[in-house]
Amino acid sequence: MAQKRRDFIKISSLSAAGLIFGAQQLSSATKINSKSKLGDFGPLDTLRTPTYCEVCFWKCAGWVYKDKEGNIKKVVGNDDDPNCNGRLCPRGTGGVGMYHDEDRLKSPLIRVTGKDGKQTFREASWDEALDLIAKKLKAVQSKYGGESLALFSHGSGGSFLKPILKGMGSNNFPAPSYAQCKGPREVAFSTTFGEALHSPEPTDIRDTRCLVLIGSHIGENMHNGQVQEMSDAIDKGAAIITVDPRFSTAASKSKFWLPIKPSTDIALLLTWIHEIIENEWYDKNYVEKYTYGFEQLKAHVKNYTPEWAYGITTIKPHVIRETAREMANASPAVIIHPGRHTTWYGDDTQRLRAVAILNALLGSWGRRGGFYIPDFTSVPSFPSAPFPKAEWTWRDAIEEGKYPLSGSDLSNGVIEASLPTAPEDKRVRAWVVNGTNLPMTMPDTKTTVEAMKALEFLVVIDTMPMEITGYADVVLPECTYLERYDALRILPGRFPTIALRMPATEPKYNSKPDSWIAKELSKKLGLDQYFQWETAEEMLDWQLKQVGSSLEEMKRIGVKQLPRAFGEPYFSEHSEPEFFTNTGKIELYSTSLAAAGFDPLPKYTPHMEPPEGYYHLNYGRTPQHTFSRTANNPNLTDLKDENAVWVNPKVAKQWGLTNGQPIYLENQDGVVTDFPIKIRVTERIRFDSVYMVHGFGHNNKKLSRAFGKGASDSQLITRVLVDPVMGGTGMRGNFVTFRFEKESEVTS
Amino acid sequence: MRYAMAVDTKKCVGCADCVVACQTENNVPIGYCRDWIVEVTDGTYPQLEIEIRSERCNHCDNSPCVRCCPTGASHYVEGGIVKVTPHECIGCGACITSCPYDARYGHPDGYVDKCTFCDHRIQDGLQPACVSVCPTKCMYFGDLDDANSEVSKVLKKRKFKTLIPQAGTKPQVYYLI
Ligand code: SF4
Ligand code: SF4
Ligand code: SF4
Repeated sequence: MAQKRRDFIKISSLSAAGLIFGAQQLSSATKINSKSKLGDFGPLDTLRTPTYCEVCFWKCAGWVYKDKEGNIKKVVGNDDDPNCNGRLCPRGTGGVGMYHDEDRLKSPLIRVTGKDGKQTFREASWDEALDLIAKKLKAVQSKYGGESLALFSHGSGGSFLKPILKGMGSNNFPAPSYAQCKGPREVAFSTTFGEALHSPEPTDIRDTRCLVLIGSHIGENMHNGQVQEMSDAIDKGAAIITVDPRFSTAASKSKFWLPIKPSTDIALLLTWIHEIIENEWYDKNYVEKYTYGFEQLKAHVKNYTPEWAYGITTIKPHVIRETAREMANASPAVIIHPGRHTTWYGDDTQRLRAVAILNALLGSWGRRGGFYIPDFTSVPSFPSAPFPKAEWTWRDAIEEGKYPLSGSDLSNGVIEASLPTAPEDKRVRAWVVNGTNLPMTMPDTKTTVEAMKALEFLVVIDTMPMEITGYADVVLPECTYLERYDALRILPGRFPTIALRMPATEPKYNSKPDSWIAKELSKKLGLDQYFQWETAEEMLDWQLKQVGSSLEEMKRIGVKQLPRAFGEPYFSEHSEPEFFTNTGKIELYSTSLAAAGFDPLPKYTPHMEPPEGYYHLNYGRTPQHTFSRTANNPNLTDLKDENAVWVNPKVAKQWGLTNGQPIYLENQDGVVTDFPIKIRVTERIRFDSVYMVHGFGHNNKKLSRAFGKGASDSQLITRVLVDPVMGGTGMRGNFVTFRFEKESEVTS
Repeated sequence: MRYAMAVDTKKCVGCADCVVACQTENNVPIGYCRDWIVEVTDGTYPQLEIEIRSERCNHCDNSPCVRCCPTGASHYVEGGIVKVTPHECIGCGACITSCPYDARYGHPDGYVDKCTFCDHRIQDGLQPACVSVCPTKCMYFGDLDDANSEVSKVLKKRKFKTLIPQAGTKPQVYYLI
């Protein structure tokens, strides 16, 4: 095979010195553990420093405690933080494992080609690595323009790296949290209510009387505040309605479980709308006062009867009626939850529009127990020179007018703009990737890899040797969130809050915080005008003083609630809410979708069904892990170190499958998982579907606990159903079958 | 004084936060645990029920583990908490065998370990680590002799059960059903 310019490298050429260092760290840590007697420490004789959690993007504020020897011992929630109320989720509690993980990246690495043509990484000093990055980025900038650079980030480090690329003239800043996750609902709620939902979403779960979950599995998905509030709601007797092909944990806490046939959700939603309108169960005052397009909606749903939906969804008509009534009885204290990972079948914006419409009819937006009106705050950025204006972006590299309503940079869009098929003069040529394992985050791994191979330069900044590091020209070891300052957490909520993350300890190994990396790189690139602070402390202190706090105060309290700037969190009789839509009303009929040439009212379109012997591939979350990023965490793998594929007993019988049996999965395009996955025979899943938790099946051996454990769903997601409205990558249109053997196992 | 715990199976989501919090609080080595999750599914599709329980030592009133301990390392402390004194424990494992709930494990350092109801935290006026971390707030801890304690109040209000009552150990961890 011809030598490719960028071969995949497993980070295996770490010098022996690096490994011994790691081993020493490990054994000293073990010693300390076994030395300290049980009960000889208490919460009061330890030192604590504030942080906010980085294990998922709920960003709970907490305290890091160290023992007397100065070792990080535990992370505990901050009582004053409304995101966590003093209680972290298992991942946040196990966040210490990120720090202790002995597989962490330990030194900057540079790709080299040996005399035999074999490519490997060699360790480098920070100075050498950053020099090389500066040289390469400059070369790309002068050859193709700064516009040809892109930064992928998912996490806090991005805010320091962004000014580097912006300063060089780029305006490509995708994060997979948009087009692979929340995008459709953000567009749907913006077009309906004039406002996106953001994070944390303003669902007033704690006071709701009816919570409807559609393919959203709170309780397995541990977005902390929502889990806590769902539990409060259960305590207060709220009815939960769960729509899911799988008997999820949430379904087990529900009054109604609707085991819907996958991909038919819009039919159910339209029928609920029909029932609520036909029976005049909607909030008449609210609809009259605040909404636009009711008559069009009424005419549109006229024929969507429960009997019609039964044939499509397999949900019995009387159940559809009863659940519609349940919602109406609770109105306006009802939430049809928008969910978070909403990119399913490519008509996702339309599905979420139906969700938004249902909420509007029941008058839940702006009402107690429905959606509260969040309050936002902003903290001024440290003074910086104005950035140059980018002449073009990734959007110019893809077909004109594609995804007109996308409100953010699309990861898949930037990938498309980086492929050799993109126009010569408008192609993205170099990436900086921070904390985002694109081969596992993005569906259709093949295209992502193709794009990475076509790049002139790829820098990966991460704490762990994730799969993406294997494609990099330079790998930089970032220290974990427990060892660094980061940008302030500034979040909306019932009250806006700010939170501080500060280092609890020195960075382990030769890792560095992004603030330092970006600052040093700015010096080498001559971008000092965008980094006018010397240290992260100086920058944070200046910012905090602008809002009446200080670094000193935040070190003491960790999180600070700011007063509400815009009135009450709920509409009242006298309030005159503004809706930032074209009509100034809640748009049941969307004028902006109509103007862009899309259906102004959501329609049901049938999706493909699995061929004989194949099953819908459903995927989700487990409370102990966040995507693929925690799969090697020692504390969390101790709880769960692999995924299993859920199979209905009828299906198991038909195939002769038994519990715990390892099996390969093959999708409709003939893609077989790298590794076998164990069968879990359970009544908790429909017979036309299988289910697996996302984030397992890592194929980088350097992830010693994660390598080869379970299978990767991302690998099986090769059919991507792109949402024409905003470019979201629908991932639920894939089907799998079972394979008992595979010719060759992945051994490298 | 009689310490007890109640776990609400209707709210527990089985996230295992209580397990990690215990491990980090009490230096439980990775690979071992003092508390764990049990999930029981009943029925056939689509008529299903799940009960999720966070389990640990029941701090039994009538505990076979204390009775069978040859050195006295297993003992009761104030409030009926069953504890093991590591340096008195010879690691014979008699208690591990005698416990009907499999609540004890052999610590790699050669002694037997188990849940202490985090008595070091109770002394500081805090809740056990598992109780204080639980995102669903499904665990209640306190003194059964005090009618106003969280645990007494919730047991008055709700239906509950204990595990393997027929073993006669008089367990003090209650499951709200
Ligand atoms: S929800 Fe859990 S993982 Fe996410 S930020 Fe909060 S504690 Fe961390
Ligand atoms: S932390 Fe709470 S919700 Fe989670 S498993 Fe333990 S008891 Fe259940
Ligand atoms: S649960 Fe087991 S270890 Fe705990 S007191 Fe009862 S018998 Fe002893």
